[in-house]
Amino acid sequence: MNETLIPYAGVVTKITGQTPDVKTFRVEAPEGGKLFEHLPGQCAMLSVPGISEAMISITSSPTNKDFMEFSIKKCGCLTDWLHAMEEGQMITVRGPYGRHFPVEDELAGKNLVFVAGGIGLAPLRSVINYVRDNRDKYGRVDIIYGSRSKDDLVYYDEIVSEWMNTPDFHVHLTIDREQEGWDGHVGFVPNYIAELELSAVNTCALVCGPPIMIKFSLPNLINAGFDKTQIFTTMELRMKCGIGKCGRCNIGNKYVCKDGPVFRFDQLDELPDEY
Amino acid sequence: MKYCDLSKFYDLLLAISAKQSLYVPVNTKGGATWGRYREGVELSRATNTVRSAKDFFFPQTENLMEFKMEGKKIDVIDTREECEDFVLFGVRACDAASFDILDRVYLVDPVDSYYKNRREHGTVVTLACGRPTDTCFCQTFGIDAADPKGDLTVWELENGYAFRANTAKGEALLASVAEFLTDTDDAAVETAKTQIRSILQKLPLAGLTTEGLGKGLTKELFDRPEWASLSESCLGCGTCTFVCPTCQCYDIRDFDTGHGIKRFRCWDSCMYSDFTKMAHGNPRVSQLERFRQRFMHKLVYFPDNNDGIFGCVGCGRCLAKCPISMNIVKVMKTMSKGGNK
Amino acid sequence: MQAVMEKRALELLADGTVNRVLGWTAGEFIYDVTPAVFETAEEVQNGFLYNDFCGANLSKYLVKESRKEGKILVFLKPCDTYSFNQLLAEHRIIRENVYVIGIECYGKVDVEKLREMGLSGITGIRKADGDFVVETIYGEKTVKQADAMAERCLACKSKRHVVYDELIGEDGEVVEDCNRFDMVEKLEQMTPEERFAFWRGELSRCIRCNACRNVCPACTCEQCVFDNPNSGVAQKAAASSFEENMFHIIRAFHVVGRCTDCGECSRVCPQNIPLHLLNRKFIKDINSFYGTYQAGEDPNAKPPLGTFTTGDREA
Repeated sequence: MNETLIPYAGVVTKITGQTPDVKTFRVEAPEGGKLFEHLPGQCAMLSVPGISEAMISITSSPTNKDFMEFSIKKCGCLTDWLHAMEEGQMITVRGPYGRHFPVEDELAGKNLVFVAGGIGLAPLRSVINYVRDNRDKYGRVDIIYGSRSKDDLVYYDEIVSEWMNTPDFHVHLTIDREQEGWDGHVGFVPNYIAELELSAVNTCALVCGPPIMIKFSLPNLINAGFDKTQIFTTMELRMKCGIGKCGRCNIGNKYVCKDGPVFRFDQLDELPDEY
Repeated sequence: MKYCDLSKFYDLLLAISAKQSLYVPVNTKGGATWGRYREGVELSRATNTVRSAKDFFFPQTENLMEFKMEGKKIDVIDTREECEDFVLFGVRACDAASFDILDRVYLVDPVDSYYKNRREHGTVVTLACGRPTDTCFCQTFGIDAADPKGDLTVWELENGYAFRANTAKGEALLASVAEFLTDTDDAAVETAKTQIRSILQKLPLAGLTTEGLGKGLTKELFDRPEWASLSESCLGCGTCTFVCPTCQCYDIRDFDTGHGIKRFRCWDSCMYSDFTKMAHGNPRVSQLERFRQRFMHKLVYFPDNNDGIFGCVGCGRCLAKCPISMNIVKVMKTMSKGGNK
Repeated sequence: MQAVMEKRALELLADGTVNRVLGWTAGEFIYDVTPAVFETAEEVQNGFLYNDFCGANLSKYLVKESRKEGKILVFLKPCDTYSFNQLLAEHRIIRENVYVIGIECYGKVDVEKLREMGLSGITGIRKADGDFVVETIYGEKTVKQADAMAERCLACKSKRHVVYDELIGEDGEVVEDCNRFDMVEKLEQMTPEERFAFWRGELSRCIRCNACRNVCPACTCEQCVFDNPNSGVAQKAAASSFEENMFHIIRAFHVVGRCTDCGECSRVCPQNIPLHLLNRKFIKDINSFYGTYQAGEDPNAKPPLGTFTTGDREA
């Protein structure tokens, strides 16, 4: 009988430094190809046996048929280990877990606004590249992405060389403070949302970033005319099983690992304030 | 309905134990506990065991898998083995009901194969409660201590035991010890049931209801001010969780044996400060949130997700064992009152 | 007793000496009393309770409570005063924020002992001629006080209050012939193999619920070593029998010289492990190696493990 807690071994075939504390890990099956299929916004449990296991969002798009990618910020035992790792090293992966962004349902045919801060772009990147590969299914795309500094912007090369050159893709980058060599926008993401005069008509917004950014972005999106039913986010809580059984990632009666991590804001309103 | 005379009863147990592992409640220095039945072992007369029988399906620790690490290579080793058949004799109605609750967690998709394996190989023989005690409140949750569920139900009568099979597994077990059994009618059992039910009505917690608790009440109960006073003296230990037959939270950890890595699962407790702790913060910062989580889970969230069924079976273990005597009954009474206690 | 305590609590609240009262509150039954903080006269009148089941040692709660605004009244039994003093010595309680009323105590009842006698369905307990009459749904039974008393109370080391602002009732004496080391001596006389078997038998029941640690007045570290996620043993069921032993042995070592032998660890253990025996072994050894010492007796006394003399025993 199949057991979801038993992971696959995968090979880390490429490690790319994104920022001083974020690296992107490309993972393939030992025989080549992907370990499993997923949908944008879903996660996987990554582990180094003997260290620990953690839930990480899959940042590559499902349209990528060759490998999966995970962008990981260095912030604890497991991530320290991963950051010290060399290419060719195996890790274990299990998944996919959780509810994905409704790319084939509520988001289909819509204009999309992506709002991200820091490493929060990782789960949205899966959607963004999915949209690029299915360009005719979606309308105008606005990407508002901010970080502390230029060096802390993840996927910078990809953003500049690929996203900015995709038809009807409008990328709005911002950093928190003035920095030498940066002539783009300076300021926090929530304020930038207000400045951009976005249209909410036939549009959905996907928000991911630090809790404080989400907190201040939400009212500005609502001011721009968005209803909570048009805004999606993805959550992160401590997890062990990934399948709604180990009991720790619940907010009220919902388990983030299985009922999330993607939630619509009107659904979050139904939950108690404990996240 | 089958009957086994008291004089043959221990022979019957011996016959079962000759074919498969048989576990019964026995008295030890640590109180009544589940022990392997062997000739000469005496059954405990305690109302219930200190720890519930959930250990047999969801043990305190269990190995899940192993890893062999060689250079950059990792071998994932599936160490699962088919469990051997076993029998639990003397499970109380509350604990038998707790298995249904655990099933609703572990047997729903994706099925937990470790749990399922043991569940499939275990035969649950329940024993009607002749002497329910002051901490018992299973009837609050519609559980009948006079007629417990399980694969096979047993009633202790004056000079013997009556048996009723409820499932194919129960039938099979009865068939395997047919030589010790005779046919009987329901009369003696009905008398026993009536007697038990009359005792149940006299229990101090007989009037406890679930009024004001249950599915759909998160908004009403989550922000109630009484959580602060209820949780005030909570020590943040895991006693209530670990003696609870329905608590099913677990942690997954790795253990370096020196020859490889063992990944094991062990009980965890939402009462512990690190249960939800992350690198960048903890959504349940104080004991108030942790305490609230435990009771909201049993009294609201679980019913929300399981057709209104409560995540408590009224076994009373937390009443008996909490170091500071705070427990689910006090929470239920305070919260359903709708006012300060 | 309860009436006098309640009256004093109300008086001290009313005259502003204290703004809170730490005591016990009634439960569903006579025996399930819970430590509680009362902030108003009304709360005291509705909930305050003192009876033969108020065994919980309230001292540890003062680590947190004495850091809150205002002064708190606490009721301490003689054994609890030792814990209080020890916490004072360790600068864990802010003395000026606490008003201590010492209460006389002749031992507390352990409801588990009543259950072990086969008493179930307990609905009430009343005193009659020094004995207890236990009322149950199955009838009444008279139990001798000594048979109902908690183990730790049968070996009570002191009925004297080592600290208080006022007393209710009489102050007692240190009990010289309490025989509390009897079991330790028995263990000492065992062979190492027998002793190991004894402790494996006891500790194998441990479920790592941490109740012993969390209730222990000597365990007040801001973060326990066993809560360090990098230790690999943090707050979890033991992965091996080695860890079961290690948790308790290390914990016993960590409280050496500071454990007052209040017995809370064994009281709260859901698996009835006699954990106090580990601590008593250390107390007995300290007594014989460095001279009789009772932690908590005098907050200004130099602890034997915190001082050095050239005459000290080497190991």
